[in-house]
Parts: sequence; structure tokens; C-alpha cells
Amino acid sequence: MAEAHAKHHDYHLVNPSPWPFIGSFSAFIMAVGAVMWMKNLAVGGLHAGPFVFGAGLIGVLYTMLAWWTDVIHEANTGDHTRVVQLHHRYGMMMFIASEVMFFVAWFWAYFDASLFPHEAIQYARAQFTGGVWPPKGIETFDPWHLPLFNTLILLTSGTTVTWAHHAMIHGDRSGVKQALWLTVALGLLFSVVQAIEYSHAHFGFSGNIYGATFFMATGFHGFHVIIGTIFLAVCLYRMYIGHFTPTQHLGFEFAAWYWHFVDVVWLFLFAAIYVWGAGPSH
Amino acid sequence: MASTAAQAHDGHAYPTGWRRWVLSTNHKDIGTLYLLFALGGGIIGGFLSILMRIELQEPGLQIFANGQAYNVVVTGHGLVMVFFVVMPALIGGFGNWFVPIMIGAPDMAFPRMNNISFWLTVSGFCLLLVSLFVEGAPGTPGFGGGWTVYPPLSVTGHPGPALDFGILALHLAGASSILGAINFITTILNMRAPGMTLHKMPLFAWGVLVTAFLLLLSLPVLAGAITMLLTDRNFGTTFFDPSGGGDPVLYQHLFWFFGHPEVYIMILPAFGAISHIISTFSRKPIFGYLGMAYAMVAIGVVGFIVWAHHMYTVGLSLDTQRYFVFATMVIAVPTGIKIFSWIATMWGGSIRFTAPMVWAIGFVFLFTVGGVTGVVLANAGIDRELHNTYYVVAHFHYVLSLGAVFGIFASWYYWFPKMTGYVCPDWIGKLHFWLAFIGANILFFPMHFLGLAGMPRHYVDYPNAFAGWQYVASIGSYIFAFSLVVFFYGVFVAFARKERAADNPWGEGATTLEWTLSSPPPFHQFETLPRITGSSH
Repeated sequence: MAEAHAKHHDYHLVNPSPWPFIGSFSAFIMAVGAVMWMKNLAVGGLHAGPFVFGAGLIGVLYTMLAWWTDVIHEANTGDHTRVVQLHHRYGMMMFIASEVMFFVAWFWAYFDASLFPHEAIQYARAQFTGGVWPPKGIETFDPWHLPLFNTLILLTSGTTVTWAHHAMIHGDRSGVKQALWLTVALGLLFSVVQAIEYSHAHFGFSGNIYGATFFMATGFHGFHVIIGTIFLAVCLYRMYIGHFTPTQHLGFEFAAWYWHFVDVVWLFLFAAIYVWGAGPSH
Repeated sequence: MASTAAQAHDGHAYPTGWRRWVLSTNHKDIGTLYLLFALGGGIIGGFLSILMRIELQEPGLQIFANGQAYNVVVTGHGLVMVFFVVMPALIGGFGNWFVPIMIGAPDMAFPRMNNISFWLTVSGFCLLLVSLFVEGAPGTPGFGGGWTVYPPLSVTGHPGPALDFGILALHLAGASSILGAINFITTILNMRAPGMTLHKMPLFAWGVLVTAFLLLLSLPVLAGAITMLLTDRNFGTTFFDPSGGGDPVLYQHLFWFFGHPEVYIMILPAFGAISHIISTFSRKPIFGYLGMAYAMVAIGVVGFIVWAHHMYTVGLSLDTQRYFVFATMVIAVPTGIKIFSWIATMWGGSIRFTAPMVWAIGFVFLFTVGGVTGVVLANAGIDRELHNTYYVVAHFHYVLSLGAVFGIFASWYYWFPKMTGYVCPDWIGKLHFWLAFIGANILFFPMHFLGLAGMPRHYVDYPNAFAGWQYVASIGSYIFAFSLVVFFYGVFVAFARKERAADNPWGEGATTLEWTLSSPPPFHQFETLPRITGSSH
């Protein structure tokens, strides 16, 4: 049974790791800090919420860094066989599927209000909205102004990331770098334009259902754009330190998938909230 | 077949001491952690329910200062039992332990992510415990609005931080379950041993697979709902506030879009395990294997489109109510397929009434009772009368407390020798069963009468007319609680006597792969993958 010492399969039995525990503990600290911060709680006269939250956040971010560093190390030392790579693809696809369902919640809230602003049974809401969508007194954005510009930016970034993917497959590393620089820049530009748009909003997040659904849906999307931009920037950095091969570049592929997902969500936001929900003034 | 010797791979020594458990990347160790955690959660959740029964034993106030304190305990009991007992035990515990083994895999697809699923559950549980002791409603600790956390009570009625802790507890538990679901789906779809097609896969793995899809697709919607609750509470948004154009019923839609799949999440893994137990001790293959598998798939799919039967009284249009009545009743068809197939499996079998088998038969009987009252409640007209009464409490405790929990204990006695390597005397498991069966029926059956008589739930006090059955129910709960003493005695006896369990203690009826391994299995099983031939499942 000497050969029983070796594994005869292509699966990856991961070594023990401290990161799950440290990450979960940090998440707990972060949650406690978040509540202390939101409720302005004091411990011993000290309003420590932001600091507790920050400490937890640092722990979570450090866990992500260390964990994914381990994953990359394992990939480089040959643990990621073809079947393990397939596992990662499944995992990423299902992560994106769960994210889609997250956005379903925001869209549900939006359509609950925008399709039914004038139900007889919901008289308090009808009084607030005036029976119309957008609610009376809400000045919406012109969809064919900055939102259209942002749509074009994101669609363009979708093409540049595909350019990077093709360059990757063909072993054209400088092409990958060029295309990724462009994609990251377009991602940043989108976030900047979105920030400019927000600063010109004539409605707030609080006190009205239009602002609540608008900022929750677009804000959550914007947060995903930032995550996607960081994800792509990490891939760009990994290109410079010599990671990725034409046949094995899951990290990049997942960043591209994620980016396309963020792109598609935006198209729904643009169509449903900006264009359809713009109201008669636009 | 597989090597049954516990030997290291790659020349690594196995982790020992606290490192083995805290840093674990081993599906069996993580499964054990989950089971111990669920046991702890069960003691806390059970303690809360005993407090409720002591209070309700007689009219008037017994041990609680007011109704709010009582409702905090009701809420805590519900959340603890759903998120920190049943789910960790069935999915995290038995799922982790036996899904990889049953499909012939050495471990889960993502062993490290498996561990963060566990520890995030612990973090979430700690947050929930904190929530019980910090201010909720002005001047009182905890949140008392029920596990559904409906606004407006959850937005304006509890300004203290208790519910914020509760919301974030659910966020962490939800993240844990989503990661676990991704892990199970990837494992089951990609790591089945050569020759094990999906149509040869054991039914427990089928149950966990369907469960994982329900988790993956429903939990993010809950996360969205409670995030909106969080911003309504803390940042002045009006998602659920009509005075700002919002809609409290929106919350109920979002919650039950998660909440209804959630009840199947809790029962489907038990369905799978019960199938194995009944098949094993009838010494027959399960009747209608494919029908059993696809009945679970059908329950999972239909489970996503029936949610508003929890909301018949909120003012839905009559057409909407009609749709949800019919859709809900459709679920009785695949559920009936399962019940009848279990009976048909036993029919003509050479049945042995071992401890796991009597638990499994008890499960079938009690789940059927709960299922039948479910069909009653599916009718919008009848539900108008019974909504939020003790009839509903009786119904969901028959499917959960007597369904899922009996499934947990059946699985426990079935797999205990495999997991620990020790024998738990059969009579202890049976004594535990009879005490639990009698206690739980005395506890929950009278609640049907209370509900039909019109007694609403979530009340600390009640008119004298309800006193008789409430007293009976409390007696039942003490019997049920005493059965847990027998349960722990059985565990103690097994570990004290250290009588070694055979690799397959259940004989030729037990055909799944875990019985081909040693008891307990080696640290890493199937270092050479088993090859599945023939048609057994």
C-alpha cells in the first residue's frame, strides 16, 4: 500500500488555512462597528464605531489579499488541474448568479413603486406620488445626457476587455496591457461621471421612494463597477509581474465575466430607470 | 475499492489540536464542527422554547415582565432554529459529511471556502446573541417582531440597535449559506466518481443539490430586503414607508420570495436522508428512484412561485390569491410522490425497526400531518380565518420541528456509527424517539384546536377558554425536552463504552459509498477514486 500515500486524482485538497477564521472574525468586528457607527453608540464615552468598523474592514480586506495570494500561489505550483479550473469556473458563474438575484431585489423594489404608483388600496403612496411615476415633484435626469454617455463608456469598455481577452489567448502580452489600461481607465471614467451625475441630483436618497430606489440600484451597481475596476487593475498588475499564460488565466477571465455582468446590469438600469422611468419632461 | 487506511498525502502531517478544527479544510471535520454548532444552537433555541411554554402554561403572566419580552424570545427561538440549528445540522453537518463520500469524492470542491461558510455562521450567531441583549424597543432589550421582521414594526417600533445586529447576523449567515451552496453545487456536478451519473446519484446528494440551488437564488433576495430595511432604519429611506411612496407589502414579497424556498431548504436534505434510511432498513432499493429525485427538483422549482400564500391577508387582488392557491396546491403532488414512494419502499420489505428507522417512519407520519394542514392553509378563504393563529404554528412545527428535526435525529442515529466509529445502543435511540414522538405530538397537536378556536400567536397572555390545551401543550414540551436528556445520555454512553462500530453496521440494505469505508472514515477518503458500476443508487 505504499502508493496509498499519493493521491490518484486531480482534485485539490487544500492545506489548512487561517484566513476563513480571520475573515469571519473580522466580518463580525466590522458588523459590530457598523451598528455602533450607525447608532452612534459609545463604549466608555468613546464613539468608537468608525474605528471598530475600520478595524474589521482592514481585517476583511487583508483576508482577501492573503487568501487570493494563496490561490495564485497554488495556481502557480500546479494545484489547479483542468478539473480544478472547471470548479473555479462553476464557482464564479454561481457567484455571478447570486449577484443577479441581489439586483433582482432592487429592481423588484423599483418596479413595485414605478408600475403601481396609483393603486386605490395604497392611498398613502398615491398621495405621495400623485398617482404618477416619477412621483410628482421629482426632477429626473435626462437619460440622453450623462446616462447615455456612461452607457457608451461601459459598452466600449466591454469591447476593450474582449480585446484584452483575445490578445491574451494569442500570447500578445503588450496588447493585453494596452487593452486593460484602456478598460480600467474607462471604468474609472464611468465612476467619475456617475459621481458628477449624483452631485447634480435634485432628489435625495432619503424621504422619497424615487431617490431610494434610484440610488440603491445605481449605487449598488456603481459599487460593483468599482469592484470590477479593481479586479481588472489587479489583473493588469499581474500582467506586469508575469502572471497568466495563453492557456491558463482564470483570474483575468473571471474579471472579464464580472465586467460583462456589471455591463449588462447597467443596460437594464439604463433602460428601466433612466429611459422608461424618466417621465414626460424628457 | 478505496483505500481505507488513514494515511497522509503529499507527505504532509495532518493538523492536530486546535489547528485541526479552526484552520480546517477537511469536509468531515467541518461537518463535525457544524453538527456541534447546531447542537449548541439547538440547546439555546430549545431553552427559549421552554421559556415560552412555561409562560403559556397558564393564563396571565408567569415569568415574563411583558408581552414584548415574550415576543423577543419567540423571535429569537425562530431565528436560532431556522438559521443556526436546522440549516447547519442538515446542510452544513450531514451535507458536508456525506455528500462528498456518497458521490465518491475525496473532499468538497472548495475546501477552504467550506471553512469560511462555517465560521461566518458562528459570527452571525454571535451577532444574533448580542441582539437579544441590547436595546430594541425603547427601554427593552431585543427585537420582538417575529422572525419575518416585518415593517413598520421593524423600522419604527424598534429604534435601538438590537435589530441592526439581527439584520447583520442574517447577512453573515446568508453569505455563509451562499458560499456553501456554490460549494455543494460545484462538488455534486463535477466531482462524482467515474460511472456515477446524476441518475445514479444517491438521493441525499440530490436533496442537497436542489437545496443548494434554492439557497443560491433566494438568499440574495433576502439580503436585498434586509439591506433596504437597514437603510429605512438608519438612513431615512422610504422603501417600506407609504408616506414616502414606499410599500410595506414589498418587504413581505421580498421576504417570502426567500422565505418560502427557505422552508424547502430546511426539509429537502431530510427528504434525501430519510429515503436512504427507509431503503436501508426495508432492505429494498428506494421505490421510484427517479420519481423521488425529480419530485425534489419539482418541489424546488415550484417552491419559487408560491410565496404569496404567506400573504393572503395583505390585500392581494383576488386573481393573485387564486393563482397562489392553485400553485401552492400543486406542491402537494411531488410531495405526495415522495410520501407514497417511501411507503411503497417499505411495502413488502423485510423491515427492521432500528432507532434510525423508527425516527424515519415517525418523520413520514408527522411530515404528512404537517403537509395536510399545509393544503388546508393553502386555501386563501380558509387562511383568512386561520392566518397568524396557532393552527399555522401547529402546521409549520409539524413540518419543521417534527419534520426537519426528526430528519436530523434519524440521520444522527443512522450515521452516528459511521461518523464516530462507536455504537450508540439502539434502545436509547428508540426511547429517545418514543419520548420525542409522544412529547411533540402532545405539544403541537392541541395547537390545531387552539388555532381553529381563534387563538392568535405572538401573545404572552390569553383568555381562560384556551387554558386547557395550552396546559397540555406545555406538558408535551417538557416530555420533548426530557427526550433530549435521553439523547445526550446515548451520546455519553457511546463515547464512554467505546464499543467499535462495524464499517457497515446496517447490513446489505445500506448500499451507498459511506458504508464501504472504515468507521470513522480515514482523514482523506478515496485517494483512489471508486468506480461505480451497475445500477445501484
